[in-house]
Amino acid sequence: MSTATLTAKDFATDQDVRWCPGCGDYSILKQVHTILPQLGIARENIVFISGIGCSSRFPYYTETFGMHSIHGRATAIASGLKASRPELSVWIVTGDGDGLSIGGNHTIHLLRRNFDVNVLLFNNQIYGLTKGQYSPTSEENKVTKSTPYGSVDHPFNPISLALGAEATFVARSMDRDPAHLQSMLLASYKHKGSSFLEIYQNCNIFNDGAFEIFTEKASKKQETLMMIHGQPLRFGENNEKGIRLDGMKPQVVTIGEQYSTDDLMVHDETDLNKAWIVARMFDDVHHENHLPRPFGIFYRGERACYEDVMQKQIDDVLTKKGVGNLDKLLAGNEVWEIH
Amino acid sequence: MSTSETLVPLEQVVIKFAGDSGDGMQLTGTQFTNTAALFGNDLGTFPDFPAEIRAPQGTTAGVSGYQLHFGSTEIYTPGDMCDVLVVMNAAALKMNLKQLKRGGIIIANIAGFDAKNLRLANVESNQLEDNSLDGYEVYKVDVTKLTRDAIADLTLGTKEKDRCKNMFVLGFLYWMFDRDMQTSINFLNEKFSKKTEILEANLRVLKAGYAYGETTETFSTRFKVEKAKMPAGKYRNIMGNQALALGIVAASHQSGLPVFLGSYPITPASDVLHELAKYKNFNIRTFQAEDEIAGICSAIGASFGGQIGLTTTSGPGMALKTEAMGLAVMLEVPLVICNIQRAGPSTGMPTKTEQADLLQAYYGRNGECPIPVIAAQSPSDCFRAAFEACKIAVQHMTPVILLSDGYIANGAEPWRYPVTNQLEKIEKKFAAPSEHGEKFMPYARDEKLSRPWAVPGTKGLEHRIGGLEKQNITGNISYDAANHEQMVKLREEKVEKIADYLPEQKIDSGKDSGKVLVLGWGGTYGALKAAVKECIAEGMDVSHTHIRYIKPFPKNLEALMKRFDKVLIPEINNGQLIRIIRDRYLIPAIPFNKIQGVPFMKGELVEKIKEVYNTK
Ligand SMILES: Cc1ncc(C[n+]2csc(CCOP(=O)(O)OP(=O)(O)O)c2C)c(N)n1
Ligand code: SF4
Ligand SMILES: [Mg+2]
Repeated sequence: MSTATLTAKDFATDQDVRWCPGCGDYSILKQVHTILPQLGIARENIVFISGIGCSSRFPYYTETFGMHSIHGRATAIASGLKASRPELSVWIVTGDGDGLSIGGNHTIHLLRRNFDVNVLLFNNQIYGLTKGQYSPTSEENKVTKSTPYGSVDHPFNPISLALGAEATFVARSMDRDPAHLQSMLLASYKHKGSSFLEIYQNCNIFNDGAFEIFTEKASKKQETLMMIHGQPLRFGENNEKGIRLDGMKPQVVTIGEQYSTDDLMVHDETDLNKAWIVARMFDDVHHENHLPRPFGIFYRGERACYEDVMQKQIDDVLTKKGVGNLDKLLAGNEVWEIH
Repeated sequence: MSTSETLVPLEQVVIKFAGDSGDGMQLTGTQFTNTAALFGNDLGTFPDFPAEIRAPQGTTAGVSGYQLHFGSTEIYTPGDMCDVLVVMNAAALKMNLKQLKRGGIIIANIAGFDAKNLRLANVESNQLEDNSLDGYEVYKVDVTKLTRDAIADLTLGTKEKDRCKNMFVLGFLYWMFDRDMQTSINFLNEKFSKKTEILEANLRVLKAGYAYGETTETFSTRFKVEKAKMPAGKYRNIMGNQALALGIVAASHQSGLPVFLGSYPITPASDVLHELAKYKNFNIRTFQAEDEIAGICSAIGASFGGQIGLTTTSGPGMALKTEAMGLAVMLEVPLVICNIQRAGPSTGMPTKTEQADLLQAYYGRNGECPIPVIAAQSPSDCFRAAFEACKIAVQHMTPVILLSDGYIANGAEPWRYPVTNQLEKIEKKFAAPSEHGEKFMPYARDEKLSRPWAVPGTKGLEHRIGGLEKQNITGNISYDAANHEQMVKLREEKVEKIADYLPEQKIDSGKDSGKVLVLGWGGTYGALKAAVKECIAEGMDVSHTHIRYIKPFPKNLEALMKRFDKVLIPEINNGQLIRIIRDRYLIPAIPFNKIQGVPFMKGELVEKIKEVYNTK
């Protein structure tokens, strides 16, 4: 099958999709299937690896090579696969528990090594599969089955975590905005290096409406900041508001009052310092005067990929020493003979 | 050459070098070993490291030892008791004297017995000066001073000069055992090729040590240990971890498959990672992972990708890898898991040996989770065992656990190494899409009950696998009751079926039937062999067999055991193989256990065998 003729349907499998009706995972699956044919890669050269969780069922529904592994370890498995088979397009599907709790260690190490893989972190701020305990991204004081009096922990900001782990591509999107999600998926794919894409995903069973304020028409424009490279940061019902820097501190201003668009912070995906500023725009939406939540690409940088440097070392040794001679290796440097 | 000297012929000698960890005794030991090996002696070694890398100088905690047993006869162990004890300080003497034979030789560096050293070693009086060493042949040498004198004109600092002390000892022992210094001279030339003054110092001190023996009248006796009569062929000296690494390289070569090692450093397994990391031009990739879980998981990723996935570790790391091993069992991919065992539980005694983890390897996972287990039995045998582990993994599509231990990992012996064309080929089989366009069945099985290896990049074989229970043949997720039972049995049967392809269990020493069978596994091989041979020589009806394949057992094992009145199972643990044997074959095997972080001594084994032999 030539890749040009593939459609989203070619990426569906014969397995029944078993997520709860209304789950945000459906939309993400659909957007991934929509962009896969656009990559121009044959199905057999794509591998989806997931951990454990509702989100991690993903590979069963995608007609490529796939592995549904163990809780938290998809990133580690993908590291070995990418290191040994660099030519494959490797995608990791993980959840907020899978990738940030039990598998947090592997996630940060994958990012710092910068394997050329794509991490799709389905963040529903809850443990879905185990039926609703709070997760490392749940807001403070979250009442769940395991925290009847409210959770005590402070949550991770996954974007900050990824930046802190030296990721070279960090972005956020949401299940309810197909066009945005598709563009972020494509951008993740295009980036050479580890791409970390946090996707807000609604778990309508155990954490319904967690992201409603960002995804629903009534509030979306007021509450979200869609970042566009090279453009001033604007938001609001009619794009009437913007983000201005007061020193290093982002501040909401209304355009036309005291400030014009020229006074706004201009988004630059390649500027790590600016990335940190937008990454830290992570206010609790229940607080008065909270900042809008940014979506889009926070940061995109260049750094050598682990598998390439690994290959180069091998090539250099091969050039210097030639293909290893097993007999010489077995004999070692000091041999004696008994007659 | 002093005129009064005599050259005393010896069949075998045990020397122990002991000093502070900073004294370079490991190097002295390995250099003497290499020279003895190149000369043509058979030998066995036992390096004994202190637990701390930089324990306080001069204390008993900082004593580092290296025991070498070499001879003109076959050598199976590093020796029970020493003939010669070299001690660099009071602490080293205190720790090792009990291992010196009555009448043995002590060579002591008197500079290590000053007031400060005596205090650090926590000894009341200087044993070199009181009468407590009566009955030993004691040579007091001021190694420190003689070393400094030999290189007085060099501009090196005193500290650097003192670091050459071990070369003085080495040179002196070369004289004492009538050995050529060339191997060590070559070694030094290479090691310090870029540091001319240090090279000069080491060479001079080495020669000074030799000359000291020649010119000093105190030493009248030298020893001659002739070449051993070993099977004809080419030999080299090898340590267990090195051999294990070479076995992996050979398996890659003979299968045409690349190897991917995912590993996290841990004593005493790290050297395998260090070795394999060098072989970049041998189709080997090494990945130092963030932890043991990532080590095995990355290897599973590579196995899925069509390579030999490998992970190396020791007990605590095995514990961390447990869940991922279960995944590999479900995925049915070729994966080799090496456990270089050490004394446990928990952190235990990292630098001390133990056959600690057989039950963990055999049973230690959630669910019904069968994994083949094979064990290496001597330093050089690690090569064969690693090769076999890869072969079973690839040909039966299964993870395989390879057990080695700290004792054979760090021990050395001469190895009649193979040449490539003597090694068997490891056949591999990648799945290809059906010619008739039938749907690919990832869990269809062949005559070995192994499933097809369908690697990413193969058009038409796109499929999903994972840790959830699979429907037989299709590999789809299944919670069907009968299917689960069938799959559990199939996975077990597949592993048991490997026995069809394994050699039968053989008697190593002794007759095929008789009164007592000494049954062992792993690193106790040399000691058991030596002990049983001694018993046989004394006319006892005793035999020895050593198991490499622990899961599955060789098919004839039961019949073989039942031809003996008694089965004695010595282990360096609290009784592990014996539980499996008793459980499986319902025979009243007799345990003999030592759990002291050190290998068996021949003497204690002989004693136990006699006891078992003579009781009704
Ligand atoms: C080792 C291990 N511990 C615990 C579990 C139970 N478990 C399965 S999924 C999960 C959490 C899933 O949460 P998340 O990663 O956020 O995925 P979601 O279901 O929300 O998509 C837990 C605790 C497990 N499968 N394995
Ligand atoms: S539990 Fe939540 S996350 Fe899981 S499938 Fe149902 S809705 Fe989706
Ligand atoms: Mg979740």
